[in-house]
Amino acid sequence: MTEAVVNDITLLLNEKFNLRVIPDSRPGYSGYIVPGDILLSFCIFLKTELGFDYLSSVTGVDYFPEQRMEVVYHVYKTAGCPVFCFKTTTDRENSSVPSIVSVYPGAEFQEREAWDLLGIRFEGHPDLRRIFMWEGFNGFPLRKDWHEPYFEEDFKPLKSRWPDGHGFRAEDSNHFHDNIELPAGFNPDSFTPEDEEPLYKTLLGSLGGEKGLKTDQIVVNLGPQHPSTHGVFRMAVVLEGETIVELKPVMGYLHRNHEKIGERNTFIQNMPYTDRLDYITSMSNNFGYAITVEKLMGIKPPERAEYIRVIMAELTRISSHMMNIGFMMNDLGAFFTPALYGLEERELILDIFEAVSGSRMMCNYFRFGGVFKDVSDTILAKIKALVENRLPGKIDDFDRYLTNNEILMSRCIGVGVLTREQAISLSTTGPILRASGIKHDLRKADPYSIYDRFEFDIPVGTHGDVYDRYKIRLEEVRQSLRIIKQALKDIPTGPIMTGKPQYMVRVPAGESYGHVEGPKGELGYYVISNGKPNPFRYHVRAPSFINLTSLAKMSVGEKIADVIVILGAIDIILGEVDR
Amino acid sequence: MNGSGIISGLWITFRHLMNTYIQDFQKGRKHYYTKEGIADRCAADTKGIFSIQYPEERLSIPENFRFIPFLVYREDGNGNKSILCTSCGICAKVCPPQCISIKRTTDPNTGRPVPTPAEFYIDVDICMNCGFCAEYCPFDAIKMDHDFELSVVDNRKSNLFDMKTLLKPETYYAKIRPTYFAEEESSRREKEAAKKAKE
Repeated sequence: MTEAVVNDITLLLNEKFNLRVIPDSRPGYSGYIVPGDILLSFCIFLKTELGFDYLSSVTGVDYFPEQRMEVVYHVYKTAGCPVFCFKTTTDRENSSVPSIVSVYPGAEFQEREAWDLLGIRFEGHPDLRRIFMWEGFNGFPLRKDWHEPYFEEDFKPLKSRWPDGHGFRAEDSNHFHDNIELPAGFNPDSFTPEDEEPLYKTLLGSLGGEKGLKTDQIVVNLGPQHPSTHGVFRMAVVLEGETIVELKPVMGYLHRNHEKIGERNTFIQNMPYTDRLDYITSMSNNFGYAITVEKLMGIKPPERAEYIRVIMAELTRISSHMMNIGFMMNDLGAFFTPALYGLEERELILDIFEAVSGSRMMCNYFRFGGVFKDVSDTILAKIKALVENRLPGKIDDFDRYLTNNEILMSRCIGVGVLTREQAISLSTTGPILRASGIKHDLRKADPYSIYDRFEFDIPVGTHGDVYDRYKIRLEEVRQSLRIIKQALKDIPTGPIMTGKPQYMVRVPAGESYGHVEGPKGELGYYVISNGKPNPFRYHVRAPSFINLTSLAKMSVGEKIADVIVILGAIDIILGEVDR
Repeated sequence: MNGSGIISGLWITFRHLMNTYIQDFQKGRKHYYTKEGIADRCAADTKGIFSIQYPEERLSIPENFRFIPFLVYREDGNGNKSILCTSCGICAKVCPPQCISIKRTTDPNTGRPVPTPAEFYIDVDICMNCGFCAEYCPFDAIKMDHDFELSVVDNRKSNLFDMKTLLKPETYYAKIRPTYFAEEESSRREKEAAKKAKE
């Protein structure tokens, strides 16, 4: 944001809130600090008067020795503008922050996540339950004083590994008997899970209490093990006949607390872990993390590296969309023919990733200030052959094969509709947001890297249904091909790394929020450094997780068979949803 | 017209099926179980059948491919082995899942550290194949392998790799990564020449 705009906003806020909203003046920090009691009116002011209609991310930070917590919000305008950040502080022991779900409904899951992992209580939240951890879990894992079983040290590298390391298998120290804390009175032997109760209570409660339950309404659990849920993901639905009356997603089966691992790691050690978020799109995960930390470090990669990054990110987008289109057809009952056609193209792209980075899926290719290895001319020629000769024809094949298919049309058109307003307020991103008619793509709205140099269009849908999402993905693949062609034409020679490769990077203290337009949507990273080798706070704004907020809205009123397609069109990857 | 979309879709799958037979007819026997055949089926302009019959057929592994690190040793003409690792610990420090443990050798007489590892372990079960150890090793002593067929009957016994399993000759490294090896070799020669010139 430019100086003038910031000053304007500051003046406006001073006038409106009587100097109670103060700019964050800590070195390296930005944004505003809002007292908790005026948070709601501040949000309404932001949304209605200033036009910040889109809530990007909500997360908490635990300032442990200082006994306070901070909730950090990032908002922007869908018309396109840099991110606006504001924070509110709360006490650590008796945390209480007003929930902003009534203003920004997209905050629902993110506030639940902050409650689950950090123990920040959001007053007025409609359904404040744990979201990832199980109900017998003690404490809040992202708090700085929480230690996992067989905790060794707060920060890696662990001292036991060198210079007096004695080999041991990590698995041997991983049995669950001691070093585990349980809540008071919790006995694992006599424990019967009761998390279903609150879940069903909220499910039925939203229908007007248990009294309103009619005999022909039944609760059905789709998943967690179900071929159509794309992983271990559960949807608890209330059915009336075949129609969905209410739906609640249940997740966390693949939870591994990526963020806690990230705070134990050094900065560079997080890079391979980001691969494992959305394991289909590791290159763009790397991209987001690299530009976030580069923002903090104040470095820029050299030209050639920028071009390589863009080429790799766009290839990732192609492979992810191809796969999603294919697997969405699986959900429709077109078993595996389209999916394998999609995988065929993805295979060729993965071959390129393997030759470039050394691994097909867990690429770990980006470094702060560049990329790991240069791309040779033979590989560039391979990419060129793929992008110019093969993929355009294959996309057209897909188009001919599927788009006018009567079964696909009758199953997809008008299903899972999300209106323009709903899509914005529920914080959906990526193809879902664009299918609802909002021309918002971070590559244009808040250009990062060198995307402002390329010519491409943002495909936009009109109806916001599953069919539009499918068509937008197809069109986005075409646009990605356009970008790669331009990048291949202009790619300069030169170095691929700024400075020397370092295994312990020096990151100045401060906060930074970086986001990229990943294939699934806006992938954001919020990193706080306190000048030490490890990040103080590391948060991932996962697009597929936040897109799930809209699942209930899309599904209510649809038939149960259509929910499978709606979920397929959201394109979730459980590695990223559960983190 | 109703049904036209389905027919045009079916035409694409039918063409795909027929392409396999046409390719078989054109390329003949060498389309399968030969290196050229596999490369041809993985090329960007391939048509028809796409899959590889593993393990009878194998994809060629690109030089950059990385899987599980190994330690490099050098053998001179007389059969003396020298381990390149100096147990500086950078690989253990940069390893994201912390699967490398090194014990430094100390001189029994002086108590000072000697630049060679006494013990070197990699817990292969938690190694995430990120390649950082090889990337940041200043002595080119630890490198990523190409051998990905590691399944064993009892991983509890065999998946903690010690020095004996990890050590592989430099010639092996030169074989799996010829361009890397040549680059490193030439830069080392340059350094040595510069050192000599200084003296």
